[in-house]
Amino acid sequence: MFKALFSTKTTVIGILLLGIFLLLPQFLSRFYIYLLALIFATGLLATSLNLVLGFGGMYQFHHAVFYGLGAYALALFATKSGLPLWAGYILAPVCSAALGLALGLITVRLSKLYFGMLQISLGSLVWAIVYRWYSFTGGDDGIHGIPVPDLIGSSTGAYYFNLIITGACLLLMYLIVNSPFGRVFQGIRDNPERCLAVGINVRSQQLVGQTVAAFFAGVAGTLFVTVEGSVFPDLMFWTLSLEILIMCLLGGWFIFMGPMLGATIMVTLRTFVGIYTEYWTLVLGIVLMLLIFFMPEGVLGLVIHRTESKEPAAREAG
Amino acid sequence: MEFAANITLAALLQQVLVGLSRTTILFIVASGLSLVLGVLRIPNVAHGSLYMIGAFCTYTVATLFGQSTLGFWLALIIAPLIVALISFIVERGLFCHLYEREHLMLLLFTFSFTLVFGDLVKLVWGSDYRSLTPPAFLMGFITISDLPFPKYNLFLLVVGPLVAAGLWFLTQKTKIGKIARAAAVDREMVGAIGINVNLVFAAVFVIGCYLAGLGGALVAPTQNITQGMDHAIIIEAFLIVIIGGLGNIWGALLGALIFGLTDSIGILVWPQFAIVFPYVAVVLVLLFRPKGLLKSTW
Repeated sequence: MFKALFSTKTTVIGILLLGIFLLLPQFLSRFYIYLLALIFATGLLATSLNLVLGFGGMYQFHHAVFYGLGAYALALFATKSGLPLWAGYILAPVCSAALGLALGLITVRLSKLYFGMLQISLGSLVWAIVYRWYSFTGGDDGIHGIPVPDLIGSSTGAYYFNLIITGACLLLMYLIVNSPFGRVFQGIRDNPERCLAVGINVRSQQLVGQTVAAFFAGVAGTLFVTVEGSVFPDLMFWTLSLEILIMCLLGGWFIFMGPMLGATIMVTLRTFVGIYTEYWTLVLGIVLMLLIFFMPEGVLGLVIHRTESKEPAAREAG
Repeated sequence: MEFAANITLAALLQQVLVGLSRTTILFIVASGLSLVLGVLRIPNVAHGSLYMIGAFCTYTVATLFGQSTLGFWLALIIAPLIVALISFIVERGLFCHLYEREHLMLLLFTFSFTLVFGDLVKLVWGSDYRSLTPPAFLMGFITISDLPFPKYNLFLLVVGPLVAAGLWFLTQKTKIGKIARAAAVDREMVGAIGINVNLVFAAVFVIGCYLAGLGGALVAPTQNITQGMDHAIIIEAFLIVIIGGLGNIWGALLGALIFGLTDSIGILVWPQFAIVFPYVAVVLVLLFRPKGLLKSTW
């Protein structure tokens, strides 16, 4: 089974990458370590969205709400409950998954655009509550100075923690995508009517998919808190959701690692363009326009497309 | 948390009137969105940005005339036209090449305009907020059963039905309206009988965006004109269109009524979480009528 899922090439590249990332903190300054840790969290978020978007074909227009909820849940567990700090890291993603299940129960009955729009409205409802509930969530100020366990309190510690958790979650998601469930999920994306006809319960599969994706988004939220030490309502604002969609599009959403690449490009661009100009969103908007016009498959999609047409033998798709 | 302690009949009446004037703005913006969504099938996220641009243009034009009464009327005419011109350029230049793409791509493409317009507004007008006073004859309050009610809101209550009547006339009685309604149902067929569908699409898109600009122009004297007003309105407009039924203008009116009234009455019931009431109303509507209250054109 291992051989079927991971070709030698993938395994070698994966181990090499992991080795490089493990060694990097020895050579990089604090700023770059912070940046990489942020990229891991954002990339995990984008990949979790792609689980339902690219592999499930669901128009998940408001994925950031699960990310934000994970972050807020961790922050609230750490500051307002007497539980040990590590407990929050387990409970927060579970909260996200529960929200995913609850929203899913309402939304999966609808298809495509209606699904996406209802998702946005329900997500905005959650955002509105967080935004207004000053006494509990800190309102639009958010919560700052969230304590994290000592082990991962330093920037290097946070980096290693994010690296390991992101790597583990990516591996898990890769296994899910290639599991029987994942295959069914992709079948639903390509032809929902036929899946229904052969006796697959499309709605319940989508519900499970959304819950799983919400769980991983929650994990990404906890990683964000680990890096930044603060939460604010923008983490679950709908514009962030569309930015994650852009990351998936940018990297290529039919490829497993596409969103990770998209997130890397986006976070890096934002950081460095942000140094030179305050008009970062203008740049992003123009990049997005060009992307939709000329590269609808995304960067990784284009690269793989090109190499495949050159050497038909290399049928590596992930 | 004073819960429903201070509701009197007069206060309720006042809030209903406030809600109805809010409904006017919401209806004008949402009907434009609904028109574009129904006929062109574009979920235009940039609609809110056009509304914001409309409000800023109104401020600029009115200020050029020293915020006089004449300036206000001119601004009300010119600002939406500027927005319509922008949308015309965007449609002819970019959107018309993308009609065949799937909804997700179109949504993201319009989102890219939200990003660009947001920063352009920041470039042109700076990041400070602006405020505009209503013209002299609409300033001040009238009292309705001892509670003050702004005259400008009454003006909005007059404008709302006028716009609704105008839209009814446009879609039901004019040729372009009839063609647009036909194209909403079956665009290939309309093209097959020799009508230039692209031109109809352009016209509908421009009219829809004009309505966004008009909404922005009308809202300008009632609130601070700021960055971020685009994000606030667009979600509301989308929800209104969804609960009304995609592409149905009367659905937009109904949705705007639900949204405006639950919001304004919610303030009376539970001020801190008034924002929650309209969303709850939306969820309830969609639980029982997943495709919206009225028939959608899709």
